[in-house]
Amino acid sequence: MATAILQPVGNGQAQASQSTRPVRWHIAIFLAPALTIYTLLMALPLAETFRLAFFRGAAHDREYAGLANFRVLILDERWAAQFWNALANSIWFFSIHLLVMIPLAVLLAALLSVRGLRAAGLYRTAIFMPTMLSFVIIGFVWKLILSPLWGVAPTLLAAVGLESLFQPWLGKEQYALTALGFISVWQYVGIPMVLSYAAMLAIPAEVLEAAEVDGITGLAQFFRIRLPLLWPTIGVITILTFVSNFNSFELVYTAQGVLAGPNFSSDILGTLLYRTLFGAQLQLGDPHMGATVATMMFLIVLMVVCGFLFFVQRKLVRYQF
Amino acid sequence: MSKHKLSLKILGLLTAGLSVTAGAAPVTLTIESWRNDDLAIWRDQIIPAFEKQHPDIKVRFAPTAPTEYNAALNSKLDAGTAGDLITCRPFDASLELYKSGRLAALNELKGMENFAPVAKAAWSTDDSKVTFCVPIASVIHGFIYNRDAFAKAGVSPPTTEGEFFDVLSKLKGKLRLVPLAMGTKDGWETASMGYQNIAPNYYKGEEGRRALLAGKAKLTDPQFVEPFRLLAKWKPYLATGFEAQTYPDSQNLFTLGRAAVYPAGSWEIASFNKQAKFPMGAFPPPVAKAGDKCFISDHPDLGLGLNTKSPHAAQAKVFLEWVASKEFAALYSNALPGFFSLNKAPVELRDPLAKEFLTWRSKCESTIRPTYQILSRGTPNLENEFWVVGAGVINGTLTPEAAAQRLQKGLSSWYKPAQ
Repeated sequence: MATAILQPVGNGQAQASQSTRPVRWHIAIFLAPALTIYTLLMALPLAETFRLAFFRGAAHDREYAGLANFRVLILDERWAAQFWNALANSIWFFSIHLLVMIPLAVLLAALLSVRGLRAAGLYRTAIFMPTMLSFVIIGFVWKLILSPLWGVAPTLLAAVGLESLFQPWLGKEQYALTALGFISVWQYVGIPMVLSYAAMLAIPAEVLEAAEVDGITGLAQFFRIRLPLLWPTIGVITILTFVSNFNSFELVYTAQGVLAGPNFSSDILGTLLYRTLFGAQLQLGDPHMGATVATMMFLIVLMVVCGFLFFVQRKLVRYQF
Repeated sequence: MSKHKLSLKILGLLTAGLSVTAGAAPVTLTIESWRNDDLAIWRDQIIPAFEKQHPDIKVRFAPTAPTEYNAALNSKLDAGTAGDLITCRPFDASLELYKSGRLAALNELKGMENFAPVAKAAWSTDDSKVTFCVPIASVIHGFIYNRDAFAKAGVSPPTTEGEFFDVLSKLKGKLRLVPLAMGTKDGWETASMGYQNIAPNYYKGEEGRRALLAGKAKLTDPQFVEPFRLLAKWKPYLATGFEAQTYPDSQNLFTLGRAAVYPAGSWEIASFNKQAKFPMGAFPPPVAKAGDKCFISDHPDLGLGLNTKSPHAAQAKVFLEWVASKEFAALYSNALPGFFSLNKAPVELRDPLAKEFLTWRSKCESTIRPTYQILSRGTPNLENEFWVVGAGVINGTLTPEAAAQRLQKGLSSWYKPAQ
């Protein structure tokens, strides 16, 4: 999706002298390796997933099922509760990122770009560091930090006299997903921060100086000069975050296990997909329902991304310097 | 062109030559397993004993992580890269493999007569006509306790429900110890070590399980709800923050001596022996009233089957015959105390804790976990639901009655005899 956004708008030069030129085979040849790999590893599996979603039965006697799998997933009581629960949880998981991670990232970027800040490089590296850690480590480390038995969280809270605030967050239905959301924010805030930081550095000094001459400084300068120039970047960040959140799976799986407990309160679409497709303990994997969940995930992401591109991203004003 | 043909011929000769040499060299068999904890035991004790007798066959034990085993095995089987011998999960996971032609029928295998029908049930078709894995071991549920803590608190192992809670409250009152080492975060312990551990005493083991299968009993019947009421009473005896306590947390809590009683499966014995610095004892799940007949969950857990695609089927069968022998039973049960051989031949155990578990087989009636045969075939999956509601009942977010209703509703939605 990112490539689609970042593609330059066609500039019309190419068509100008097309008729006089010979067929340019080298373009096809240069594209071929990438296209082949992409087709084999991405396009074909995706197509096969769609196909599987329209069938049912075991591998040896597979039958065409039309839209039956989708009807079961969305409407049948046995599946629908799980599906809608996972969808609602995914939306909540994304909301945390939208409302906490992105403002936080912009704030951090703004602070980092303050002129004369000492050790800015150190902060930047420290905040970016968790992004580079493996999700297995993140899940494990946070499980330990928050452990009521040997975690540092209860000890640290006790040190400042707030022990009563401690809860076994990952084990309570009402907190588990939110806690995981914050862990994920902690892990990934580095990426939007670096993107916003780069966008802020790209703002020409003349613009800011002109603002200062007009008496716009400090917070007013941030909200009236920097932020409007940042909106396109924030838009891209939002859409990337949305896509990765709706395909997210690993953090919940490593921290909460395959049943995304307690009582499915941290079950997001990714974990539902894994459980359905590969099974869990006595539950056998079901490739057809799994493919149906995967297809639904793809359609949801596709719809939202298209909607965003058509209705929001196009309306954002880009300034040329 | 002729050059190509020539190279093809050379290639053909080479491969022919290779296959000839392969026939002469010892064959290597690979075992797929989820028991990565047992890697050293297979490598250093079990396999060498076999290789000594059969110098022409080499065996390699190649385990994956337990939670990934089913998914990994299925992918390997689909891709044709799975090992020659497949460690079998009990019931449906393996039955599905047999039905789709991944596992070979083993009725004719020499040594299969060493196993009782009950032992073979976990790896047989529903009509019990075909058996497709050699039964290896079962695990028994109960409670392991810290003898020192019991002595200090002046209590002895409970035999009835009343005594059980009495002991727990004494442990909590007198010692600064966590009485029960169990958490609800991972969920499965609340089913396997919680409900399925204590419940057979109330629904009368096989009798209750068969009634459930036949649709004559419901999970909302009192004998199935009562165990949930007892589980709900465990809450005050668990560690603070047990809602986020994981399975390894519970193990550590007990082996570090910070908890007195561990709701257990016998598979813990080997690792507890290594880690715990205090003497341990075990008691079976308490009965409702003194003198009641006792029932234990004696669950077939592990078998070994033959991959139909194995290029060394003949050698693999030689290995399987050995696995079905009395010699293997003795070797395995003593190398892995807590995994009890399913072989009819009695085995002399050396480990005292494992011996204690095994005595229950003669005192009490054995049954298997209620969800494993047939009842977890549909959606919602009954075993998964047991994990979820078990945790809910102990956490206090679900009443025992509501838990039973949720289970029964889910089961009746797809299992017809139960309606």
